[in-house]
Amino acid sequence: MLEFFLGHYAYWFTIILLALGLYGMLLKKNLVKKIIGLSIFQAGVILFFVSVAMKEGATVPVKAYNLPVSEVSNYMNALPHTLMLTAIVVGVATLGVAFALLINIYNRYGTLNEEELIDKIQ
Amino acid sequence: MIGSEIPALIPVTYILFAILIPVVGLWKRELTWHLSLLGTGIATFLSAWGFWHLIQTGETIRYFFGGWAPPIGIEFVYDGLAAFIVLVINAIAFLVLIHSKEISKVEFPGKKMAYYTVSMLLMLGFNGMVLTGDLFNLYVFLEISSLSSYALIGIGEKRAPYSAFRYLIIGTVGGSLYLLGVGFLYTVTGTLNIIDMHAMLPQVIGHSSVISALILMVVGVGVKAALFPLHGWLPDSYTFASSTSSALIAPIGTKVAAYILLRIVLFLFGVELVDDQLPLTTILGAFAGIGILYGSIMAIAQSELKKMLAYSSVSQIGYIILGISLANPFGFIGAVLHILNHALMKALLFLVSGSMRLKEGHSLITKFDNSYRKKYPWTMAAFTTAAISMVGLPPLAGFFSKWYLALGTIENSSWLLLAVILISSLLNAVYFFRIIEKIYLNNPEAEEAIEDETIQNNEVGFSMMFPMAVMAIGLLLVGIFNVYIVNVIFTMFPAGF
Repeated sequence: MLEFFLGHYAYWFTIILLALGLYGMLLKKNLVKKIIGLSIFQAGVILFFVSVAMKEGATVPVKAYNLPVSEVSNYMNALPHTLMLTAIVVGVATLGVAFALLINIYNRYGTLNEEELIDKIQ
Repeated sequence: MIGSEIPALIPVTYILFAILIPVVGLWKRELTWHLSLLGTGIATFLSAWGFWHLIQTGETIRYFFGGWAPPIGIEFVYDGLAAFIVLVINAIAFLVLIHSKEISKVEFPGKKMAYYTVSMLLMLGFNGMVLTGDLFNLYVFLEISSLSSYALIGIGEKRAPYSAFRYLIIGTVGGSLYLLGVGFLYTVTGTLNIIDMHAMLPQVIGHSSVISALILMVVGVGVKAALFPLHGWLPDSYTFASSTSSALIAPIGTKVAAYILLRIVLFLFGVELVDDQLPLTTILGAFAGIGILYGSIMAIAQSELKKMLAYSSVSQIGYIILGISLANPFGFIGAVLHILNHALMKALLFLVSGSMRLKEGHSLITKFDNSYRKKYPWTMAAFTTAAISMVGLPPLAGFFSKWYLALGTIENSSWLLLAVILISSLLNAVYFFRIIEKIYLNNPEAEEAIEDETIQNNEVGFSMMFPMAVMAIGLLLVGIFNVYIVNVIFTMFPAGF
C-alpha cells in the first residue's frame, strides 16, 4: 500500500493541486481567490506533463559525447516540456484577461465579493 | 498550385488582419469595420475555393508546417468535413460582421478597433481548431478562441463582465481538463497527431489511461460546446453580451466545439473503439436528450428574446451531439447538416434580436405586438423564416437535419431519443409561435393600432437587412437543394461507417 502511494507520488501531488484549485474556484467567495484557484489548477496540469517526461537515470535531451542518441533511454523526453512552455503562456494570457475583467467588474460594482456582487446585480 | 496552400492561408489571413486592424485603426478608426469585412471576406473566398477544389479532386490536403512531416511536425488536415465547417463559419462571420456596422455605433462606440481585432483573433482560433490535425495544437487554438470570446462577451451590458468572468473560470477548467486528457493519451501512445494516434489506439485501448483520457477530453470539450449539464455559463454570457458578440459566438463557437467532439469520438477513437470500455455514446446520447428537452423548456419560460435564444442554443447543440452519439451514417449526416442549419438559423435569430435592440431599445418578447409587422416587415419575415426552420417545417433547412437525426434513431432503435426529437419539435413550436402570434395575429383592440397611420415603416438599413436576407434565403435554398449537400456529406464519413 505504501509503495502504491510512494511509487506514484508525482501523480498524488498533481491530484492534490487539481483538488486545491477546484476548491478555490468553487468555494472561495472572493473573485481574486477564484483566479488563484484557477492558476493552481493549471499548474497542476503543467506539473503533470513535466513529471511524465521524467525517466530514471536519463539526462537532459542534449547530445552528450559518450551517450549514443540511438539509446533513447539515455535522454529525457523534451516534448512535454516544450508543450508546457506554450501552456504556461496560455495560462498567463488567461490571467491577463481575467484581471482585465475583474478591473471592469470592480469599476462597475465596487466589490469583488461574489455574494455582494450577486446582491447588487439583483 | 495555391490550392494545396489554402489550409494554411485561411488562419494566416486572420493573423494578418488582426495586426492590420489596430495599425490602420490608429490612423482612421472608421476603416476597422471595412478591414474586418475584407479579412473575413478573403477567408470566406479562400474556404469556398478550397471546398470547391476539394469536391472536384476529392483529395484530402495535408499541409505540413515547415515541411516537417507528422508525427514530428504539426499538420493541418483539410478534408471534406473540415473544409465544409470552415466555409460555414467564415461565411457566417462575414455576414454577422456586415450587420455589426450600426450596432457597433451604439453598443461599443469607443471600442471598435479593439472589438474587430479580437473578432479576427476569435475567427483565427475557430479556423485553427477545425483545421488542425494535432491534439496539442488544437488546445492552443481552443484557448485562442476562448480568450477572444471572453473578451468579446465582456463588451456588452452592465452585467457582461461578470458573466464573462464566470465563463472564463468554467471555460479554462474545461480547457485544462482537455489538456490533461491529451497528456494521458500522450503517455500511452507517444504521439499527438490525430491520424497517427488513431492508428496506435487499438494496441492500447484497454489501458486505464485511455478511458480516463476520453472522459476528460469529452468533458473538457463538452464545456465549450455547452453540452448539458455543462451549459451553465451559456445563457448569461449570450444574453448580456453585445448583440454582435452573441451573433458571432452563438452560431460558431458551440458548433466548432461540437465538431471537435465529433472528431474525438468518431475520428480519433472511431466507432469500434469509443464504446470499448464504457458505453460513452449511450451516455452522450442520454445527456444530449435531456439537454434538448431542458433547453426547450427553459426557452419557453423566458420573456427576453436573447435569453430564449440562448436556452434554445443549449437545446440545439443537443441535436448535434445526439447525432454524434448515434454513431451511424444517418446520425452523422444529421449532425453535420445541423451544424450548417443551426449556424444559419441562430445567427439570423440573434441578428434579428440585435436589430430589435437597436431600433426599439429592448428585445422583450412581452412587448412585441402587431405594429412590428408594419414597422419592420422584412425583419419579421426573416425572423419567421428562421423560426419555422427551427421548428422543422419543410421545405426549410431545419426539417432535413431533424429528419436525418430521426432516421438515425430509428436505425439504432433508440425510440426514446426519437420521442425526444419529436417532443422537442413541439416545444420549439410553442416558444416560437407565441412570438409569431404576437406579431402577425392580432387581438381586437390591437386591430385598431395596426390601422393607426402614425405607425411608419421603420425598416432597418441595408447593412443590417442584407445579411438577414441572405441567411433567410440561404435557409430556403439549403432546404430545397438539401440532397446535393447530403451527397457531399456522404464523402466525409469517418472510417468504419
